[in-house]
Amino acid sequence: MQSARPRPSEPTGRALLKGLAFASPFIIGFLVLYLWPILASGYYSLTDFSLFKAPKWVGLANYERMISDAKFWKSLYNTLFFTFVGVPVDIAISIAGAHILNQKLKGQPLWRALVYLPSIVPAVAAGFLWRWLLNAQYGFVNEILRWFRIPQPNWLLDASWGGISVIVLMLWTVGGTMLIYLAALKNVPQELYEAAELDGAGPLRRFWHITWPMISPVTLFQVIVLIIAFLQVFTQPFVLSKDPGLGTQTATGPGDSMLSYSIYLFQNGFTFLKMGYASAMAWVLLFVTLAITLLILWSAKKWVFYDNR
Amino acid sequence: MTTAEYQGAALGERVPVGGRFGWLMTIYRYALVILLALVFVFPFIVMLTTAFKVSDEIFMAPPELLPRTWTLDHFIGALTQIPFFRFLLNTVVIAGLSVLGTVLVSPLVAYSLSKLRWKGRNLLFIMVLATMMLPPQVTLIPIYMMWNKVGATGTILPLVIPAFLGTPFFIFLIRQFLLSVPDELIEAAKVDGASEFRIYWSIVLPIARPALITSAVFQFVWAWTDFLYPLIYLNEEESYTLSIGLYSFLGEHGVQWGPLMASCVLFTLPAFLIFLVFQRYFIGGIATGALK
Repeated sequence: MQSARPRPSEPTGRALLKGLAFASPFIIGFLVLYLWPILASGYYSLTDFSLFKAPKWVGLANYERMISDAKFWKSLYNTLFFTFVGVPVDIAISIAGAHILNQKLKGQPLWRALVYLPSIVPAVAAGFLWRWLLNAQYGFVNEILRWFRIPQPNWLLDASWGGISVIVLMLWTVGGTMLIYLAALKNVPQELYEAAELDGAGPLRRFWHITWPMISPVTLFQVIVLIIAFLQVFTQPFVLSKDPGLGTQTATGPGDSMLSYSIYLFQNGFTFLKMGYASAMAWVLLFVTLAITLLILWSAKKWVFYDNR
Repeated sequence: MTTAEYQGAALGERVPVGGRFGWLMTIYRYALVILLALVFVFPFIVMLTTAFKVSDEIFMAPPELLPRTWTLDHFIGALTQIPFFRFLLNTVVIAGLSVLGTVLVSPLVAYSLSKLRWKGRNLLFIMVLATMMLPPQVTLIPIYMMWNKVGATGTILPLVIPAFLGTPFFIFLIRQFLLSVPDELIEAAKVDGASEFRIYWSIVLPIARPALITSAVFQFVWAWTDFLYPLIYLNEEESYTLSIGLYSFLGEHGVQWGPLMASCVLFTLPAFLIFLVFQRYFIGGIATGALK
């Protein structure tokens, strides 16, 4: 777009040089830390290769091996479980919490800070803390469930609860999303609610017909960001499942229930030194991420409302 | 319905609610928000009180929140059983250099992407966006091989150099901020014959201060809490960060919950202090939607 007063004209060649000069660190960074590694990873995925062994071309063998690798499927299943349970719950809690924070309250900055606080805790410290909280005997989570006479699962040692434990830990840092929704709620025009109230719409109908469509662009963006984050989850299950008896070796939770895709990829690359196989797994992750993201973007026209006033 | 009626009705609905049940609603609102805050904060309280309990009390079923006897033993244990200060220093160096790299380089690139007009600028911006979306797992192994080839694995270089090549998230954040700065400021300086770098250094950077602080505090917390990359690159105990140090603590000594909770408290404290001081920059960064 042309501004009212054009910038003093400058030869295009000079402008190009200046632009490139200022951007040069990232151009180097892009080539060295992104473009080349992506291409190299694609090549590695077609080879048999480790730290001590030069890449040897094997074609699609790595990808074929995944089909019969039970642990690969288990890790993919776990990660999709984390994602498809964790992300909707994350969004629901965020929207509910944002409504609570959006009421007329004194001390707004304090409430916002308390909700966001867990997000700055180092993931390793958070993992250890929740291992303690979820401890079946000494932990407070089961103690609180006991007060309410709710059955207390053996969170970290029962294969059917391991995945849920990971999700619980990840939900502790839901505050960031909640604050984004709080900002979104504040942007919904008040007149809409007043008009709906006049028409006799109750709180549920007001939410469904006003709030939900008005915040749906935020929901779309958050769903995508959260899905990408959940698909890559590494540290939380890695710390939750660490078996102290096994030295530096990683445990993967009861019945491998905490083995995330990224943990298995990491193990293949850096523990078993099957770097070709790990690279192939990385590419599958990239495609799964892309496919889910595109699916959600495609579905967006059915449920995302853009206010074009 | 006329506008006057509409407004009157809207007002008429609001007044009695505030009048008759006002105090009840106020209690309800605060009860809800306190409950919400408690869910997030309660784990911290457990971390803190567990760290002050004597070992026998830690293993008590059912658990009690407050220690019967308060002790500092676990903090002393945390500082002496592992080379805590070594790990702390390593973490400070890595986090400090990452922050330095971020504030030196990311705004340079952001300036080029927002205030300079050149052919290929849009393409470069698309590249920034694309790298933000890329799962880091894809580049993990080739980048590891690259650092291995130049003999940099085991050093902190792989952990800090990327910040000196511009971090896509912060480039994006600062660019968005600079777009809202009027061009007139820059053009006036240009007419006065100032060089592009001088304009950048003495006009643009001071204006961009809020975005720079936001980037710096997020970079600090990311580097402070990072686990995967130190795990991959640091293999000698003397170069461990606190994340890796605490993690191995569990492996070598079995679970000693007292010292472990005490070191988690000490590990969280600096990030907590940074958050307290720079709270509005954190919240501001989140509100842009780019960071979390």
